[in-house]
Amino acid sequence: MTAPVTDSAYEKISSNPKFQELIAQRAKLARILSILILGIYFGFILLVAYAPGFLGTPLGSGVTTIGVPVGVFVIVAAFVLTGVYVAKANTTFDQMNKEILEDAQR
Amino acid sequence: MTRAARNLVATLTVLATSAPVLALADTIQGGEKRSSVNVTAIIMFLIFVSFTLFITKWAASRTKSAADFYTAGGGITGFQNGMAIAGDYMSAASFLGISGLVFVSGYDGLIYSVGFLVGWPIVLFLIAERLRNLGKFTFADVASYRLQQTPIRLLSAVGTLTVVAFYLIAQMVGAGKLIELLFGLPYGIAVILVGVLMILYVTFGGMLATTWVQIIKACLLLGGATFMALMVLVAFNFSPEAMFKAATEVHPKGIDIMKPGGLVHDPISAISLGLALMFGTAGLPHILMRFFTVADAKAARKSVFYATGFIGYFYILTFIIGFGAITFLMNNPNYFNTEVVDGVTTWDKLTGLIGGSNMAAIHLADAVGGSLFLGFISAVAFATILAVVAGLTLAGASAVSHDLYASVFARGRATDADVIRVSKISTVSLGIIAIILGYLFEKQNVAFMVGLAFSIAASCNFPVLLMSMFWSKLTTRGAFMGGLIGLLSAVIMVILSPAVWVKVMGNPEGTAPFPYDNPALFSMSLAFIGIYAFSMIDHSRNAAKERAAFPAQFVRSNTGLGAEGASAH
Repeated sequence: MTAPVTDSAYEKISSNPKFQELIAQRAKLARILSILILGIYFGFILLVAYAPGFLGTPLGSGVTTIGVPVGVFVIVAAFVLTGVYVAKANTTFDQMNKEILEDAQR
Repeated sequence: MTRAARNLVATLTVLATSAPVLALADTIQGGEKRSSVNVTAIIMFLIFVSFTLFITKWAASRTKSAADFYTAGGGITGFQNGMAIAGDYMSAASFLGISGLVFVSGYDGLIYSVGFLVGWPIVLFLIAERLRNLGKFTFADVASYRLQQTPIRLLSAVGTLTVVAFYLIAQMVGAGKLIELLFGLPYGIAVILVGVLMILYVTFGGMLATTWVQIIKACLLLGGATFMALMVLVAFNFSPEAMFKAATEVHPKGIDIMKPGGLVHDPISAISLGLALMFGTAGLPHILMRFFTVADAKAARKSVFYATGFIGYFYILTFIIGFGAITFLMNNPNYFNTEVVDGVTTWDKLTGLIGGSNMAAIHLADAVGGSLFLGFISAVAFATILAVVAGLTLAGASAVSHDLYASVFARGRATDADVIRVSKISTVSLGIIAIILGYLFEKQNVAFMVGLAFSIAASCNFPVLLMSMFWSKLTTRGAFMGGLIGLLSAVIMVILSPAVWVKVMGNPEGTAPFPYDNPALFSMSLAFIGIYAFSMIDHSRNAAKERAAFPAQFVRSNTGLGAEGASAH
């Protein structure tokens, strides 16, 4: 079961500079990565809507078009960006979080 | 316009409106004759059913408390949950629908896949860990964390049940058609079979059984799709260029299948569809619920990472499978409805595929792996539907038993045993309702329904959830009114859109009062404006209390202090 949490613990954490630091760092990373994926995806959709000819340009002398690697890139980018966030959050941020919770116990 | 061209345009419009799931139901509705009974497929399916029922029995012995029923006691690992999310998300429709779309129009299928994937990073960056830290069983726990329980739970439950109902109808109708075609079972029996199995999984095994059904299905689907894609690539010495070249040579549209086609016609529709797919994913109740099955925020993040990997990989496979189907099937009359004109056998490569273009992947299974593999893939398609409907039913039953019964009706005073009993009753009721709706909608065009489900999720559930986590000035009135506006505007705009106004209600082409196929751009904006405006003008005493409660919620959502732990087992 979950131990009851007192109001003072919340206040202690709120005023802990480490907490402010964690919030700032995490918000910054989430913002950058969100803008990246939104930009990549809606960039792709706008290319489809406004410049289908560009995506339809063959690569070299073959039939494969630029659109194929671009589409695959969006898929891979989604995966890689989640990986970047998880790598940072599950190590650095979780460590900071642990310290903040320990400080609050004192 | 030729018949082929007309059908193609219809298919594309349907797909542009809505998720492929619905397109599945739509195309299969083409009214092909029932195929003969497929013995291999039935045997493989029976093996799957026996195995999953055995798991359900095991899960039932470990499902004792309400926490076990809703969240498997929080004991699922990040990797398992990632698999289960993938299993919940990769419906038969995305497998058959997207490969069928690639088969007919080539590159456009990829545009669709991409839209379905990009919601996942957003779920991770904005939602997953906060949801895990604040909630217990349903996303309404989070939305109502510091707001008044009754209105917010009611709104969330209505949002959940509406999304689940539309999604479920589309799945049931698609399932009935698919099973009729693959197994040679009558439609009514197929729908009852799906309904009964899903009731058994959820009622007895709760979240634990549902999770394992989804994990097993994900493994089977990924394994089967990988095998098909490999067989296709082997035929071309692992050269995608050779595969594309062969495809452009046999496809009636030639080189055009390598370019974006008619999927996206104007930028407003494109952006609106993109928003619905991206943020709808972050508002689907059955997906959000999965984040409470893991122990902590760390595991919740890992789940999204694995899920994104599996789903992205799967969409790349469907692209290869679609092109493989073009090269393997289009020149082979055995897979087509043929007619003999002047002594020459002819077939329509785009619309003549037996069972419709959504059967492309199924026929390819036969072409690359013979009847045994065909049976396997058919059984996997059936398993896929079961896993998705089980997840939907569980989410719906949780909204009824946890949000409506335990929190609103009993005001938190219900015992664990009461809650479990109500959950089971709601599961059985939802299952029966799903069977009845599946039966009633057999002959209806349900193609718009998944698109509508995504739009409602993006316009009601997502804005309320997001603002409750991030905006300190949010009040009950703002969340309730904004969410309601989002829900109603999404439903109304879909009814007035060409997808329903013209295609379902039969009004003449071009008379739809709302010109775009997808409402998300407008209904989402209305929801956010509503939430903002009604919160800002709310000066009640409750509003002041709710704003004052934000700092403590903020600490918990960010650190997990006081979060629900995994229950002891």
